[in-house]
Amino acid sequence: MLKVENLGVRYGAVAAVRDLSLSVGQGELVALLGPNGAGKSSTINALTGLVAPSAGRIVLDGQDISRVRTEDRIRAGLTSTPEGRRIFANLTVGENLRLGAATRRDPKGVRQDMERFLALFPVLSERYAQAAGTLSGGEQQMLAIARSLMSRPKLLLLDEPSLGLAPKIVVRIFDFIGQLKAEGLTLLVVEQNARQALRFADRVYVMSSGVLRFDGPPSGLADEHGLLNLYIGG
Amino acid sequence: MDYALQQLLNALAFGAEYSLVALGLAVVFSIMGLVNFAHGEIIGVSAYSVFLAAALGLTSPIVAVLLAIAAAALAAIAFERVAFRPVRYAPTTTGLLTAFGVSIVVQNLFMLLISPKPQSVSILNGLNQMWFFGPFAVSSLQVMELIVSGLTILALVLFLNRSTLGLAIRAASRDFATVRLMGIRANRVIATAFAVSGALAGIAAVFIMARRGSVSPDLGFSLVLKAFVACVIGGFGSLPGAAVGGMLLGFIEVGLLVVLPQEYGGFKDALTYVIIVALLVYRPEGLLGQRVELGDKEI
Repeated sequence: MLKVENLGVRYGAVAAVRDLSLSVGQGELVALLGPNGAGKSSTINALTGLVAPSAGRIVLDGQDISRVRTEDRIRAGLTSTPEGRRIFANLTVGENLRLGAATRRDPKGVRQDMERFLALFPVLSERYAQAAGTLSGGEQQMLAIARSLMSRPKLLLLDEPSLGLAPKIVVRIFDFIGQLKAEGLTLLVVEQNARQALRFADRVYVMSSGVLRFDGPPSGLADEHGLLNLYIGG
Repeated sequence: MDYALQQLLNALAFGAEYSLVALGLAVVFSIMGLVNFAHGEIIGVSAYSVFLAAALGLTSPIVAVLLAIAAAALAAIAFERVAFRPVRYAPTTTGLLTAFGVSIVVQNLFMLLISPKPQSVSILNGLNQMWFFGPFAVSSLQVMELIVSGLTILALVLFLNRSTLGLAIRAASRDFATVRLMGIRANRVIATAFAVSGALAGIAAVFIMARRGSVSPDLGFSLVLKAFVACVIGGFGSLPGAAVGGMLLGFIEVGLLVVLPQEYGGFKDALTYVIIVALLVYRPEGLLGQRVELGDKEI
Protein backbone atom coordinates (compact mmCIF):
# COMPACT_ATOMS: atom_id res chain seq x y z
CA MET A 1 0.00 0.00 0.00
CA LEU A 2 2.73 2.45 1.00
CA LYS A 3 6.27 2.35 -0.32
CA VAL A 4 8.93 4.82 0.73
CA GLU A 5 12.15 4.79 -1.25
CA ASN A 6 15.36 6.49 -0.16
CA LEU A 7 13.52 9.28 1.64
CA GLY A 8 15.56 12.22 2.87
CA VAL A 9 14.39 15.16 4.98
CA ARG A 10 16.64 18.13 5.66
CA TYR A 11 16.16 21.24 7.75
CA GLY A 12 18.80 23.52 6.28
CA ALA A 13 22.15 21.86 6.88
CA VAL A 14 20.71 19.29 9.28
CA ALA A 15 19.67 15.95 7.85
CA ALA A 16 16.77 14.68 9.94
CA VAL A 17 16.14 11.59 7.81
CA ARG A 18 18.65 9.91 5.51
CA ASP A 19 18.04 7.31 2.84
CA LEU A 20 15.01 5.79 4.51
CA SER A 21 13.16 3.01 2.73
CA LEU A 22 10.18 1.25 4.18
CA SER A 23 6.90 -0.29 3.13
CA VAL A 24 3.52 -0.97 4.63
CA GLY A 25 1.40 -3.72 3.11
CA GLN A 26 -2.38 -3.88 2.88
CA GLY A 27 -3.90 -4.67 6.30
CA GLU A 28 -0.55 -4.55 8.08
CA LEU A 29 0.25 -2.75 11.30
CA VAL A 30 3.83 -1.56 11.04
CA ALA A 31 5.65 0.03 13.96
CA LEU A 32 8.35 2.64 13.47
CA LEU A 33 10.33 2.89 16.68
CA GLY A 34 13.19 5.03 17.82
CA PRO A 35 14.33 7.44 20.48
CA ASN A 36 13.61 11.14 20.62
CA GLY A 37 15.11 12.95 17.66
CA ALA A 38 15.45 9.83 15.55
CA GLY A 39 13.60 11.41 12.66
CA LYS A 40 10.29 9.60 13.16
CA SER A 41 8.10 12.68 13.13
CA SER A 42 10.03 14.13 10.21
CA THR A 43 9.28 10.91 8.35
CA ILE A 44 5.57 11.23 9.14
CA ASN A 45 5.53 14.88 8.13
CA ALA A 46 7.20 13.99 4.83
CA LEU A 47 4.59 11.27 4.30
CA THR A 48 1.71 13.72 4.85
CA GLY A 49 3.49 16.42 2.86
CA LEU A 50 3.70 19.00 5.63
CA VAL A 51 7.47 18.85 5.14
CA ALA A 52 8.97 18.64 1.66
CA PRO A 53 11.37 15.70 1.35
CA SER A 54 14.86 16.51 0.06
CA ALA A 55 15.21 13.17 -1.65
CA GLY A 56 13.39 9.96 -2.42
CA ARG A 57 9.95 8.82 -3.47
CA ILE A 58 6.70 8.14 -1.64
CA VAL A 59 4.37 5.76 -3.43
CA LEU A 60 0.79 5.20 -2.30
CA ASP A 61 -1.15 2.46 -4.07
CA GLY A 62 1.30 2.53 -6.99
CA GLN A 63 1.09 6.29 -7.39
CA ASP A 64 4.03 8.56 -6.70
CA ILE A 65 2.65 11.16 -4.28
CA SER A 66 5.98 12.84 -3.43
CA ARG A 67 4.90 16.06 -5.12
CA VAL A 68 1.23 15.89 -4.19
CA ARG A 69 -0.12 18.51 -1.76
CA THR A 70 -1.03 17.49 1.78
CA GLU A 71 -4.74 18.09 1.20
CA ASP A 72 -4.76 15.80 -1.83
CA ARG A 73 -2.83 13.06 -0.03
CA ILE A 74 -5.58 13.03 2.60
CA ARG A 75 -8.13 12.82 -0.18
CA ALA A 76 -6.15 9.91 -1.64
CA GLY A 77 -6.75 7.97 1.59
CA LEU A 78 -3.67 8.66 3.68
CA THR A 79 -4.45 10.29 7.02
CA SER A 80 -2.34 11.06 10.02
CA THR A 81 -3.12 11.60 13.69
CA PRO A 82 -0.39 14.08 14.51
CA GLU A 83 1.97 14.04 17.43
CA GLY A 84 0.52 15.80 20.44
CA ARG A 85 -3.01 15.07 19.15
CA ARG A 86 -3.56 18.60 17.86
CA ILE A 87 -7.30 18.52 18.37
CA PHE A 88 -9.02 21.84 17.67
CA ALA A 89 -9.29 22.98 21.27
CA ASN A 90 -11.62 25.91 20.51
CA LEU A 91 -14.11 23.72 18.62
CA THR A 92 -16.55 21.30 20.18
CA VAL A 93 -16.03 17.55 20.11
CA GLY A 94 -18.73 17.26 17.45
CA GLU A 95 -17.18 20.00 15.31
CA ASN A 96 -13.81 18.26 15.51
CA LEU A 97 -15.38 15.08 14.18
CA ARG A 98 -17.20 16.98 11.45
CA LEU A 99 -13.98 18.54 10.23
CA GLY A 100 -12.44 15.08 10.13
CA ALA A 101 -15.07 14.18 7.55
CA ALA A 102 -14.63 17.40 5.56
CA THR A 103 -13.53 15.58 2.42
CA ARG A 104 -16.54 13.27 2.31
CA ARG A 105 -19.65 13.80 0.24
CA ASP A 106 -21.88 11.13 1.80
CA PRO A 107 -23.72 12.80 4.71
CA LYS A 108 -25.43 9.54 5.62
CA GLY A 109 -22.18 7.63 5.92
CA VAL A 110 -20.65 10.50 7.90
CA ARG A 111 -23.55 10.39 10.35
CA GLN A 112 -23.21 6.62 10.73
CA ASP A 113 -19.49 6.88 11.40
CA MET A 114 -20.07 9.68 13.86
CA GLU A 115 -22.61 7.57 15.76
CA ARG A 116 -20.24 4.63 15.72
CA PHE A 117 -17.37 6.56 17.31
CA LEU A 118 -19.66 8.21 19.83
CA ALA A 119 -20.92 4.76 20.86
CA LEU A 120 -17.36 3.48 20.98
CA PHE A 121 -16.17 6.39 23.15
CA PRO A 122 -19.06 7.35 25.42
CA VAL A 123 -16.98 10.22 26.82
CA LEU A 124 -17.02 11.90 23.41
CA SER A 125 -20.77 11.47 23.31
CA GLU A 126 -21.17 13.06 26.77
CA ARG A 127 -18.93 15.96 25.83
CA TYR A 128 -20.25 16.27 22.27
CA ALA A 129 -21.14 19.98 22.53
CA GLN A 130 -18.24 20.96 24.79
CA ALA A 131 -15.00 22.56 23.69
CA ALA A 132 -12.56 19.77 22.88
CA GLY A 133 -9.90 21.58 24.90
CA THR A 134 -11.74 20.57 28.07
CA LEU A 135 -11.11 16.86 27.45
CA SER A 136 -8.36 15.03 29.30
CA GLY A 137 -5.25 13.96 27.42
CA GLY A 138 -6.47 10.42 26.86
CA GLU A 139 -9.88 11.61 25.72
CA GLN A 140 -8.20 14.06 23.36
CA GLN A 141 -6.19 11.21 21.87
CA MET A 142 -9.35 9.19 21.31
CA LEU A 143 -10.97 12.20 19.68
CA ALA A 144 -7.89 12.76 17.51
CA ILE A 145 -7.93 9.16 16.27
CA ALA A 146 -11.69 9.21 15.75
CA ARG A 147 -11.34 12.48 13.85
CA SER A 148 -8.77 10.89 11.55
CA LEU A 149 -10.99 7.87 11.01
CA MET A 150 -13.91 10.13 10.01
CA SER A 151 -12.21 10.56 6.63
CA ARG A 152 -12.34 6.77 6.14
CA PRO A 153 -8.63 6.46 5.39
CA LYS A 154 -7.02 3.48 3.70
CA LEU A 155 -3.83 4.09 5.63
CA LEU A 156 -3.63 5.72 9.03
CA LEU A 157 -0.38 7.16 10.36
CA LEU A 158 -0.28 7.49 14.13
CA ASP A 159 2.45 9.72 15.49
CA GLU A 160 3.26 8.92 19.13
CA PRO A 161 -0.26 8.07 20.31
CA SER A 162 1.11 7.37 23.82
CA LEU A 163 2.76 10.78 24.25
CA GLY A 164 2.12 12.26 27.66
CA LEU A 165 -0.55 9.75 28.67
CA ALA A 166 -0.85 7.64 31.79
CA PRO A 167 0.20 3.98 31.29
CA LYS A 168 -3.32 2.69 31.85
CA ILE A 169 -4.69 4.97 29.16
CA VAL A 170 -1.87 4.06 26.78
CA VAL A 171 -2.93 0.42 27.07
CA ARG A 172 -6.51 1.37 26.20
CA ILE A 173 -5.41 3.42 23.20
CA PHE A 174 -3.37 0.51 21.89
CA ASP A 175 -6.25 -1.90 22.51
CA PHE A 176 -8.23 0.33 20.19
CA ILE A 177 -5.41 0.41 17.65
CA GLY A 178 -5.36 -3.39 17.73
CA GLN A 179 -9.10 -3.38 17.14
CA LEU A 180 -8.68 -1.10 14.11
CA LYS A 181 -6.13 -3.53 12.71
CA ALA A 182 -8.52 -6.42 13.27
CA GLU A 183 -11.11 -4.48 11.26
CA GLY A 184 -8.70 -4.41 8.35
CA LEU A 185 -7.25 -0.91 8.54
CA THR A 186 -3.65 -0.45 7.46
CA LEU A 187 -1.58 1.37 10.06
CA LEU A 188 1.87 2.84 10.49
CA VAL A 189 2.47 3.62 14.17
CA VAL A 190 5.38 5.77 15.25
CA GLU A 191 6.28 5.26 18.88
CA GLN A 192 8.84 5.58 21.61
CA ASN A 193 6.86 3.17 23.77
CA ALA A 194 8.15 -0.02 22.15
CA ARG A 195 6.34 -2.48 24.41
CA GLN A 196 2.89 -1.17 23.50
CA ALA A 197 3.69 -0.65 19.84
CA LEU A 198 4.91 -4.23 19.49
CA ARG A 199 1.72 -5.78 20.89
CA PHE A 200 -0.03 -5.79 17.54
CA ALA A 201 2.77 -5.01 15.09
CA ASP A 202 3.33 -7.30 12.10
CA ARG A 203 6.68 -5.76 11.31
CA VAL A 204 9.00 -3.28 12.97
CA TYR A 205 11.38 -0.64 11.80
CA VAL A 206 13.81 0.96 14.20
CA MET A 207 15.51 4.22 13.39
CA SER A 208 17.92 6.46 15.20
CA SER A 209 19.75 9.61 14.12
CA GLY A 210 17.72 9.68 10.93
CA VAL A 211 18.87 6.25 9.73
CA LEU A 212 17.06 2.90 9.66
CA ARG A 213 18.78 0.43 12.02
CA PHE A 214 16.45 -2.56 11.99
CA ASP A 215 13.81 -4.01 9.75
CA GLY A 216 12.05 -7.24 10.57
CA PRO A 217 9.45 -9.07 12.65
CA PRO A 218 8.95 -8.07 16.30
CA SER A 219 10.48 -11.36 17.38
CA GLY A 220 13.67 -10.48 15.52
CA LEU A 221 13.94 -7.30 17.52
CA ALA A 222 14.11 -9.27 20.75
CA ASP A 223 16.80 -11.54 19.33
CA GLU A 224 19.18 -8.81 18.38
CA HIS A 225 20.79 -8.61 21.76
CA GLY A 226 20.54 -5.27 23.36
CA LEU A 227 19.18 -3.57 20.25
CA LEU A 228 15.98 -2.66 21.97
CA ASN A 229 17.85 -1.16 24.88
CA LEU A 230 20.34 0.53 22.65
CA TYR A 231 17.90 2.42 20.48
CA ILE A 232 14.74 2.60 22.46
CA GLY A 233 15.86 2.40 26.01
CA GLY A 234 13.47 -0.30 27.14
CA MET B 1 -34.60 62.62 26.35
CA ASP B 2 -34.62 63.23 22.65
CA TYR B 3 -30.97 64.27 22.84
CA ALA B 4 -29.93 61.24 24.87
CA LEU B 5 -31.71 58.91 22.49
CA GLN B 6 -30.10 60.59 19.51
CA GLN B 7 -26.63 60.25 21.05
CA LEU B 8 -27.30 56.63 21.92
CA LEU B 9 -28.23 55.94 18.32
CA ASN B 10 -25.12 57.82 17.20
CA ALA B 11 -22.91 55.66 19.38
CA LEU B 12 -24.60 52.46 18.23
CA ALA B 13 -24.32 53.40 14.57
CA PHE B 14 -20.65 54.40 14.81
CA GLY B 15 -19.94 51.33 16.86
CA ALA B 16 -21.69 49.08 14.35
CA GLU B 17 -19.60 50.45 11.51
CA TYR B 18 -16.34 50.04 13.44
CA SER B 19 -17.41 46.51 14.35
CA LEU B 20 -18.00 45.55 10.72
CA VAL B 21 -14.62 46.79 9.60
CA ALA B 22 -12.86 45.40 12.68
CA LEU B 23 -14.43 41.99 12.08
CA GLY B 24 -13.06 42.07 8.55
CA LEU B 25 -9.56 42.67 9.91
CA ALA B 26 -9.98 40.03 12.61
CA VAL B 27 -11.20 37.25 10.30
CA VAL B 28 -8.06 37.53 8.21
CA PHE B 29 -5.73 38.11 11.15
CA SER B 30 -7.07 35.17 13.10
CA ILE B 31 -6.06 32.61 10.51
CA MET B 32 -3.09 34.25 8.78
CA GLY B 33 -1.55 36.51 11.38
CA LEU B 34 -1.82 39.25 8.76
CA VAL B 35 -2.81 42.76 9.77
CA ASN B 36 -4.39 43.77 6.50
CA PHE B 37 -3.95 47.51 6.33
CA ALA B 38 -5.11 47.30 2.72
CA HIS B 39 -8.58 46.57 4.10
CA GLY B 40 -9.41 50.26 3.62
CA GLU B 41 -8.60 49.98 -0.07
CA ILE B 42 -11.05 47.07 -0.32
CA ILE B 43 -13.62 49.58 0.88
CA GLY B 44 -12.17 51.96 -1.72
CA VAL B 45 -12.48 49.49 -4.60
CA SER B 46 -16.05 48.82 -3.53
CA ALA B 47 -16.92 52.52 -3.46
CA TYR B 48 -15.22 53.33 -6.75
CA SER B 49 -16.99 50.40 -8.41
CA VAL B 50 -20.30 51.95 -7.45
CA PHE B 51 -19.05 55.37 -8.57
CA LEU B 52 -18.06 54.00 -11.99
CA ALA B 53 -21.26 52.01 -12.38
CA ALA B 54 -23.29 55.11 -11.55
CA ALA B 55 -21.25 57.14 -14.05
CA LEU B 56 -22.05 54.48 -16.65
CA GLY B 57 -25.75 54.85 -15.99
CA LEU B 58 -26.60 52.57 -13.03
CA THR B 59 -29.58 54.00 -11.15
CA SER B 60 -30.88 51.18 -8.94
CA PRO B 61 -29.67 51.55 -5.34
CA ILE B 62 -30.30 47.84 -4.70
CA VAL B 63 -28.03 46.85 -7.57
CA ALA B 64 -25.49 49.37 -6.28
CA VAL B 65 -25.51 47.76 -2.82
CA LEU B 66 -25.06 44.28 -4.30
CA LEU B 67 -22.31 45.59 -6.58
CA ALA B 68 -20.52 47.21 -3.63
CA ILE B 69 -20.49 43.95 -1.66
CA ALA B 70 -19.51 41.78 -4.63
CA ALA B 71 -16.75 44.17 -5.73
CA ALA B 72 -15.31 44.25 -2.21
CA ALA B 73 -15.34 40.46 -1.88
CA LEU B 74 -13.67 40.08 -5.27
CA ALA B 75 -11.10 42.76 -4.47
CA ALA B 76 -10.24 40.99 -1.21
CA ILE B 77 -9.81 37.67 -3.01
CA ALA B 78 -7.69 39.36 -5.67
CA PHE B 79 -5.46 41.06 -3.07
CA GLU B 80 -4.87 37.69 -1.43
CA ARG B 81 -4.14 35.92 -4.69
CA VAL B 82 -1.80 38.56 -6.09
CA ALA B 83 -0.13 40.11 -3.05
CA PHE B 84 -0.52 38.03 0.10
CA ARG B 85 -0.25 34.45 -1.13
CA PRO B 86 3.39 34.82 -2.23
CA VAL B 87 4.35 36.03 1.26
CA ARG B 88 2.07 33.68 3.18
CA TYR B 89 4.87 31.84 4.93
CA ALA B 90 7.10 34.88 5.33
CA PRO B 91 7.50 36.60 8.71
CA THR B 92 4.53 38.69 9.90
CA THR B 93 6.35 41.94 9.26
CA THR B 94 6.61 41.04 5.56
CA GLY B 95 2.84 40.62 5.41
CA LEU B 96 2.33 43.91 7.20
CA LEU B 97 4.62 45.78 4.79
CA THR B 98 2.98 44.05 1.83
CA ALA B 99 -0.39 45.26 3.08
CA PHE B 100 0.91 48.84 3.34
CA GLY B 101 2.34 48.48 -0.16
CA VAL B 102 -0.99 47.30 -1.57
CA SER B 103 -2.74 50.12 0.24
CA ILE B 104 -0.44 52.79 -1.25
CA VAL B 105 -0.49 51.32 -4.76
CA VAL B 106 -4.28 51.05 -4.85
CA GLN B 107 -4.81 54.56 -3.41
CA ASN B 108 -2.48 55.93 -6.08
CA LEU B 109 -4.33 54.02 -8.76
CA PHE B 110 -7.53 55.75 -7.67
CA MET B 111 -5.75 59.10 -7.93
CA LEU B 112 -4.19 58.38 -11.32
CA LEU B 113 -7.09 56.66 -13.00
CA ILE B 114 -9.96 58.65 -11.53
CA SER B 115 -9.03 61.75 -9.58
CA PRO B 116 -7.26 62.77 -6.39
CA LYS B 117 -10.32 64.85 -5.54
CA PRO B 118 -13.50 63.50 -3.97
CA GLN B 119 -16.08 62.47 -6.55
CA SER B 120 -19.75 62.82 -5.90
CA VAL B 121 -21.86 59.64 -5.72
CA SER B 122 -25.54 60.23 -5.17
CA ILE B 123 -26.97 56.82 -6.02
CA LEU B 124 -27.15 55.73 -2.35
CA ASN B 125 -28.28 59.05 -0.92
CA GLY B 126 -31.82 57.72 -0.65
CA LEU B 127 -30.70 55.57 2.26
CA ASN B 128 -30.02 58.68 4.29
CA GLN B 129 -33.34 60.22 5.31
CA MET B 130 -35.06 61.34 8.45
CA TRP B 131 -37.54 58.95 9.93
CA PHE B 132 -40.12 60.16 12.42
CA PHE B 133 -41.26 57.93 15.27
CA GLY B 134 -43.84 59.99 17.12
CA PRO B 135 -41.88 62.90 18.54
CA PHE B 136 -38.48 61.42 17.63
CA ALA B 137 -36.60 62.14 14.43
CA VAL B 138 -33.93 59.59 13.63
CA SER B 139 -31.57 59.09 10.72
CA SER B 140 -32.69 56.15 8.60
CA LEU B 141 -29.05 55.47 7.79
CA GLN B 142 -28.13 55.02 11.43
CA VAL B 143 -31.05 52.70 12.06
CA MET B 144 -30.12 50.67 9.00
CA GLU B 145 -26.47 50.58 9.99
CA LEU B 146 -27.42 49.13 13.33
CA ILE B 147 -29.86 46.57 11.96
CA VAL B 148 -27.74 45.51 8.99
CA SER B 149 -24.61 45.19 11.13
CA GLY B 150 -26.51 43.11 13.64
CA LEU B 151 -27.86 40.81 10.94
CA THR B 152 -24.45 40.58 9.28
CA ILE B 153 -22.78 39.58 12.54
CA LEU B 154 -25.52 37.02 13.10
CA ALA B 155 -24.95 35.61 9.62
CA LEU B 156 -21.21 35.49 10.28
CA VAL B 157 -21.72 33.64 13.55
CA LEU B 158 -23.99 31.11 11.82
CA PHE B 159 -21.49 30.66 9.00
CA LEU B 160 -18.58 30.13 11.40
CA ASN B 161 -20.54 27.67 13.54
CA ARG B 162 -22.54 25.71 10.98
CA SER B 163 -20.69 25.41 7.69
CA THR B 164 -17.66 23.19 7.23
CA LEU B 165 -15.63 26.06 5.79
CA GLY B 166 -16.64 28.23 8.74
CA LEU B 167 -15.51 25.54 11.17
CA ALA B 168 -12.29 25.24 9.20
CA ILE B 169 -11.69 28.99 9.53
CA ARG B 170 -12.14 28.78 13.30
CA ALA B 171 -9.90 25.73 13.49
CA ALA B 172 -7.28 27.32 11.26
CA SER B 173 -7.09 30.28 13.61
CA ARG B 174 -5.36 27.93 16.06
CA ASP B 175 -3.70 25.27 13.96
CA PHE B 176 -3.56 25.58 10.19
CA ALA B 177 -1.38 22.53 9.57
CA THR B 178 -3.88 20.22 11.23
CA VAL B 179 -6.72 21.72 9.18
CA ARG B 180 -4.76 20.66 6.10
CA LEU B 181 -4.46 17.19 7.62
CA MET B 182 -8.27 17.06 7.46
CA GLY B 183 -7.93 17.33 3.68
CA ILE B 184 -9.33 20.87 3.70
CA ARG B 185 -7.54 22.99 1.13
CA ALA B 186 -5.58 25.81 2.74
CA ASN B 187 -6.10 28.05 -0.29
CA ARG B 188 -9.85 27.66 -0.07
CA VAL B 189 -9.96 28.42 3.64
CA ILE B 190 -7.88 31.56 3.16
CA ALA B 191 -9.78 32.70 0.06
CA THR B 192 -13.04 32.25 1.96
CA ALA B 193 -11.74 34.26 4.90
CA PHE B 194 -10.74 37.06 2.55
CA ALA B 195 -14.10 36.94 0.75
CA VAL B 196 -15.92 37.21 4.09
CA SER B 197 -13.63 40.04 5.15
CA GLY B 198 -14.25 41.78 1.81
CA ALA B 199 -18.02 41.40 2.01
CA LEU B 200 -17.96 43.04 5.46
CA ALA B 201 -15.90 45.89 3.99
CA GLY B 202 -18.40 46.21 1.13
CA ILE B 203 -21.29 46.64 3.55
CA ALA B 204 -19.31 49.31 5.37
CA ALA B 205 -18.59 50.99 2.03
CA VAL B 206 -22.32 51.27 1.31
CA PHE B 207 -22.88 53.13 4.57
CA ILE B 208 -19.89 55.42 4.06
CA MET B 209 -21.06 56.39 0.58
CA ALA B 210 -24.63 56.92 1.73
CA ARG B 211 -23.44 59.21 4.50
CA ARG B 212 -20.81 61.18 2.62
CA GLY B 213 -22.35 61.16 -0.85
CA SER B 214 -18.84 61.05 -2.30
CA VAL B 215 -15.83 58.82 -2.79
CA SER B 216 -12.16 59.74 -2.36
CA PRO B 217 -8.91 57.77 -2.64
CA ASP B 218 -8.32 57.67 1.13
CA LEU B 219 -11.95 56.75 1.83
CA GLY B 220 -11.28 53.67 3.91
CA PHE B 221 -7.87 54.32 5.36
CA SER B 222 -8.74 56.26 8.50
CA LEU B 223 -11.65 53.92 9.17
CA VAL B 224 -9.30 50.95 9.08
CA LEU B 225 -7.03 52.65 11.61
CA LYS B 226 -10.06 53.00 13.88
CA ALA B 227 -10.99 49.38 13.24
CA PHE B 228 -7.44 48.38 14.08
CA VAL B 229 -7.82 50.15 17.41
CA ALA B 230 -11.15 48.37 17.92
CA CYS B 231 -9.42 45.04 17.32
CA VAL B 232 -6.72 45.90 19.86
CA ILE B 233 -9.33 46.86 22.45
CA GLY B 234 -11.24 43.63 21.93
CA GLY B 235 -8.19 41.43 21.69
CA PHE B 236 -6.51 40.99 18.33
CA GLY B 237 -7.65 37.92 16.46
CA SER B 238 -10.76 37.43 18.56
CA LEU B 239 -13.91 37.87 16.47
CA PRO B 240 -16.25 38.61 19.38
CA GLY B 241 -13.51 40.93 20.59
CA ALA B 242 -13.54 42.85 17.30
CA ALA B 243 -17.31 43.31 17.45
CA VAL B 244 -17.25 44.38 21.09
CA GLY B 245 -14.17 46.57 20.59
CA GLY B 246 -15.82 48.37 17.67
CA MET B 247 -18.97 49.01 19.64
CA LEU B 248 -17.00 50.22 22.65
CA LEU B 249 -14.96 52.59 20.50
CA GLY B 250 -18.18 54.05 19.10
CA PHE B 251 -19.50 54.61 22.62
CA ILE B 252 -16.24 56.13 23.87
CA GLU B 253 -16.09 58.59 20.97
CA VAL B 254 -19.72 59.67 21.14
CA GLY B 255 -19.68 59.62 24.93
CA LEU B 256 -16.75 62.02 25.00
CA LEU B 257 -18.50 64.36 22.57
CA VAL B 258 -21.48 64.43 24.90
CA VAL B 259 -19.52 64.84 28.11
CA LEU B 260 -16.87 67.28 26.94
CA PRO B 261 -17.71 70.98 26.94
CA GLN B 262 -17.83 72.29 23.40
CA GLU B 263 -14.53 74.19 23.61
CA TYR B 264 -12.70 70.98 24.55
CA GLY B 265 -14.21 68.98 21.69
CA GLY B 266 -10.83 68.98 19.97
CA PHE B 267 -9.47 66.72 22.69
CA LYS B 268 -11.88 63.94 21.75
CA ASP B 269 -9.36 61.76 19.93
CA ALA B 270 -6.63 62.33 22.49
CA LEU B 271 -8.95 61.38 25.34
CA THR B 272 -10.24 58.38 23.40
CA TYR B 273 -6.71 57.03 23.23
CA VAL B 274 -6.05 57.82 26.89
CA ILE B 275 -9.04 55.67 27.80
CA ILE B 276 -7.87 52.91 25.48
CA VAL B 277 -4.34 52.97 26.89
CA ALA B 278 -5.76 52.80 30.41
CA LEU B 279 -7.85 49.83 29.32
CA LEU B 280 -4.83 48.07 27.87
CA VAL B 281 -2.78 48.64 31.00
CA TYR B 282 -5.54 46.86 32.86
CA ARG B 283 -5.96 44.13 30.22
CA PRO B 284 -2.95 43.98 27.89
CA GLU B 285 -4.45 41.13 25.85
CA GLY B 286 -7.60 43.13 25.10
CA LEU B 287 -11.05 42.62 26.51
CA LEU B 288 -11.76 39.21 24.96
CA GLY B 289 -8.28 38.30 23.82
CA GLN B 290 -6.45 35.34 25.17
CA ARG B 291 -2.89 35.11 26.24
CA VAL B 292 -1.10 33.32 23.46
CA GLU B 293 -1.95 29.68 23.80
CA LEU B 294 0.60 27.08 22.99
CA GLY B 295 -2.09 24.71 21.78
CA ASP B 296 -3.03 21.50 23.49
CA LYS B 297 0.28 19.73 23.23
CA GLU B 298 1.07 20.33 26.86
CA ILE B 299 -1.67 19.20 29.15
